[in-house]
Amino acid sequence: MKILDRLNRIPWWLFAIIFALLAAFYFVLTTQSFRASFDFIIRGISITVQTTVYAYGIALVIGLVMGLGRVSRNPVFSNIARFYVEVVRGIPMLVLIFYISFVAVVDVAGLLGIEGRDIPMNLRAIIALAVAYGAFMAEIFRAGIQSIDRGQMEAARSLGMSYSNAMRYVILPQAIRNVLPALGNDFVAMLKDSSLVSVLAVRDITQVARLHAGSTFRFREAYTVLAVLYLSMTLVLSALVQWLERRLHAGRK
Amino acid sequence: MRAASKAIIEVKDLYKTFGKDIEALRGVNLSVERGKVVVIVGPSGSGKSTLLRCINHLEVETSGEVWVDGKQLNEKNKDINEIRAEIGMVFQLFNLFPHLTALGNIVLAQRVVRGRSKAEAEEIGMQQLKRVGIAEKAHSFPAQLSGGQQQRVAIARALAMNPKIMLFDEPTSALDPEMIKEVLDVMLDLAKEGMTMVVVTHEMGFARAAADEVIFMDEGLIVEHGPPQQIFNNPKQDRTKLFLSQILQH
Repeated sequence: MKILDRLNRIPWWLFAIIFALLAAFYFVLTTQSFRASFDFIIRGISITVQTTVYAYGIALVIGLVMGLGRVSRNPVFSNIARFYVEVVRGIPMLVLIFYISFVAVVDVAGLLGIEGRDIPMNLRAIIALAVAYGAFMAEIFRAGIQSIDRGQMEAARSLGMSYSNAMRYVILPQAIRNVLPALGNDFVAMLKDSSLVSVLAVRDITQVARLHAGSTFRFREAYTVLAVLYLSMTLVLSALVQWLERRLHAGRK
Repeated sequence: MRAASKAIIEVKDLYKTFGKDIEALRGVNLSVERGKVVVIVGPSGSGKSTLLRCINHLEVETSGEVWVDGKQLNEKNKDINEIRAEIGMVFQLFNLFPHLTALGNIVLAQRVVRGRSKAEAEEIGMQQLKRVGIAEKAHSFPAQLSGGQQQRVAIARALAMNPKIMLFDEPTSALDPEMIKEVLDVMLDLAKEGMTMVVVTHEMGFARAAADEVIFMDEGLIVEHGPPQQIFNNPKQDRTKLFLSQILQH
């Protein structure tokens, strides 16, 4: 029984994935046809990473502002936030990306007196992903803020602090700490969803893999390489998030 | 203005209703003079805490008036933060900020509200920690402190703002018995130094020793008030007698 317990505690699945990944990498890099696909597809990696990082950064800001709106007692602010969250969450990510890139961005640009066509697709993709993920992050921040005991706000206010100062110095530092793992998971999710921007012909690894597969008919090679690339990135990031979570947990007491 | 009155806190005909039909306060009048210690006692649900929380507008009255140091508190009052800075509040569950050290807890509002420099705020913070007897815990986080120590840090945090009034909302109710004394001692010292205090508590010993006036509340009303000897030894109202007999039996 004890041996079984111990065997159960070992994350075999993780070893299996790591092994599979290493084997896949070895295979890809040593097999001529796969190697060719890899060398081609890897050129999209910087677009994938850039898109994810920029969109994530913007989504964090949108999420924080809208999350504050969700808990605000100001009816205008809170209703705008609620409206945004409900609308964005009710539309499929892919549709949202089309809509924002080809309609919303063009309209807003028009209002600002900029020619819509002048806005590069890369930028539109980043805006679309950021707006889409901002809604999820708003809900994460809202939950984080609401998880803090009411007495914290009361104590801060009783010392004469304004609502916004209490939020900034007392509530948010605790709330953000609580939601760091959730925010980390969203980064992983966003990395995966960044593949959707390939529909805008943005040359991320997915788009490059599609082009490669289409021109060489090496579907197996192209999509294996693509999957292995995503999986290796998300696994590393997930492990990081879990490590962070454990560290936060240990530091809690 | 009510400069003519010596009262630093004046509560007039205060009503507070929660939701549709929970009447926490049903017409309370109270006046506290500068430097006096007022202890509010009564059964749970009698409205004592609500009354206390109305004095610094953590609860907004349904009707009636609250005046603090010559200023009326109302919802549109832009000065509410300034008024609150003059009113220290100590909570039953301490409400220390868990992400800051003891000293950090005391420094924060001094800097943000009072605009003091870091060095000045820390110096005052250390003085206050000494005053409550736990200077050596300045760099500990709340979770590393006992309940009694946390409550003393909370008192120091309030005092560092140089308040004119201190409100205590059942400050020892969440403490283990052996820690109650250390908190009450700090409060007794404060009373001796002439701080204006309004204290909601079940500690009758403290009331006897420190109170200038004891107020007995029940069902959202002040049933009886007077000096502690009178309330404890010679209560006039039956409800007061009943409450005291229940509480002093042991």
